[in-house]
Amino acid sequence: MLGKKKQILFSPLEQGKALKKAVSFVPKEIIEQIKNSKLRGCGGAGFPTGLKWELAYNAPGKQKYIICNADEGEPGTFKDRLLITDHAKKILEGMCLSGYAVGATEGIIYLRAEYRYLRPNLIKAIDEMTADSLLGKNILGKNFSFNVNIHLGAGAYVCGEETALLESLEGKRGEARNKPPFPTEKGYLKCPTVVNNVETLCYVPYIVINGPDWFKEFGTIESKGSKLFSISGDVKKPGVYELEMGTSVKEVLDLVQAENTKAVQVGGASGVCIAEKDFDKPLAFESLPPGGSIIVFNKSRDMLHILKNFMEFFVEESCGQCTPCRDGTFRLLEGVKLMEQGRCSIHYLKVLRDLAQTMQIASKCGLGQLAPNSFLSIVDNFKGEILARDRAPESVHA
Amino acid sequence: MKLESMNKQVTEEIQKVVEKYAGRREKLLQILEEINDVYGYLNEYVMKEVAKSLCIATSEVYGVATFYSFLNTTPKGKYIIRLCQTISCDLAGKKQIANALRNELGIEFGQTTSDGKFSLEFTNCIGMCNQGPAMLINDEVYYNLDPEKAVEIVKKYQ
Ligand SMILES: Cc1cc2nc3c(=O)[nH]c(=O)nc-3n(C[C@H](O)[C@H](O)[C@H](O)COP(=O)(O)O)c2cc1C
Ligand code: SF4
Ligand code: FES
Repeated sequence: MLGKKKQILFSPLEQGKALKKAVSFVPKEIIEQIKNSKLRGCGGAGFPTGLKWELAYNAPGKQKYIICNADEGEPGTFKDRLLITDHAKKILEGMCLSGYAVGATEGIIYLRAEYRYLRPNLIKAIDEMTADSLLGKNILGKNFSFNVNIHLGAGAYVCGEETALLESLEGKRGEARNKPPFPTEKGYLKCPTVVNNVETLCYVPYIVINGPDWFKEFGTIESKGSKLFSISGDVKKPGVYELEMGTSVKEVLDLVQAENTKAVQVGGASGVCIAEKDFDKPLAFESLPPGGSIIVFNKSRDMLHILKNFMEFFVEESCGQCTPCRDGTFRLLEGVKLMEQGRCSIHYLKVLRDLAQTMQIASKCGLGQLAPNSFLSIVDNFKGEILARDRAPESVHA
Repeated sequence: MKLESMNKQVTEEIQKVVEKYAGRREKLLQILEEINDVYGYLNEYVMKEVAKSLCIATSEVYGVATFYSFLNTTPKGKYIIRLCQTISCDLAGKKQIANALRNELGIEFGQTTSDGKFSLEFTNCIGMCNQGPAMLINDEVYYNLDPEKAVEIVKKYQ
């Protein structure tokens, strides 16, 4: 078992305690606490949450919004589904605390269409908290109101990207915006907006109750506290695990009883695929950015088949707005198919690597910037396996 | 419900939905989702009517309607089966499930049965990766599938 083990989200929380405590502070003090805790976003980018709130707090605007990103679409990620199912009130209390800190009275949960069956659960939690005066008008009898609405997505991975999400919330195509301006300055309907991941928001009540120093006791220098990991693939015990930041891949593999492991995909299709030589690396922002997803591949798996699956994903999910991503994902997939048929020259692979690097720099949003990660890491780490395959026989119809 | 040749009712339905959202432009996606729920898809007439009631261009409505995979612009089956094709479900045997469903329904992915009951589609990760293979049938989620189990579930809808 693990030597280091810290459970925050999976430990009990007295509902409303954090809010009761928070309203005895001025909003600025709550922001300071979150800043001091060094909590970082769990949606992928790891942006410091307290700083994000401060930016929204300082941005001029009468109306401000708190948005909970429940679009969870990264392949291999299901931790947010679990939180929405079993810990919905923690999310809502986190949103409400964020609203109090930033000066927002409106919250929106952007729920992916694939999770529509979870909506009744969220509505029930909202109703119960409203009845308990933890949401709605004059919360806890104070001069502070916060409403939460649910907005249903309609099936588009890119809408998890925060600016595409905002476009979608405004009833448009989910095409990412240029940044700046950042959402904290001009977000939903041009108002200052905080977009936070489901999991990020769940940590907030714990930090408000126990204080930033308590949170900082766990984790590494750059990555404090714990993190939920959705673990799937070739393991005996898949599921959602809460692990202290800095846990090594090797420790995770032992925990979930993975055998004969060849490769581990950290951070979903947008993340990187590592080979055995890197299994002792810690899952932390300063080493292997933890993302939310860990997919394990054993020695029987064909890495090219896996890479093809990822590339097909990106070709389908690219919003098509900018050329490096729209054409780049298509070309990378084409290249993988060539490799599969044993028809990709070493020279052409180099051309594809250059293209992948261009995509990382020139794509407009994270989708196109991160799509090459799995391509580059699989090509680099498993070269022997995927290069110079036997030629497939020429198809009659080709 | 069929959309063709009942324009008056359709117009009234659209008006009702648009009014519910107070004619706010930013509610377009919600509006289209609700109409999609009622008729199963959105045709040109619907898009024109929605555009008119929100005072925006039809192309804007069309742009949104075609962007999202849960909005349909052609008629679909009463039940849409969406089988996850992403990596964890792939490793867990989605191909066998796909084959079983194909054989059972006698259609390919992307098609609808002739009685209008089922459409068969692939979708990307639906967040059930630890219990794959997984699929959605409309708003219900099914997981830990094997070929027989998948077919049994589909039969329940028949
Ligand atoms: C293609 C793409 C998809 C994303 N999908 C999600 C998602 O499903 N959920 C999420 O919380 N963040 C997602 N993000 C990250 C968001 O853009 C944003 O950084 C995050 O919601 C901020 O919240 P946090 O600071 O609490 O992490 C995605 C980013 C990209 C580039
Ligand atoms: S990088 Fe891809 S998803 Fe992002 S804006 Fe460009 S085309 Fe769209
Ligand atoms: S990979 Fe199929 S549900 Fe995630």
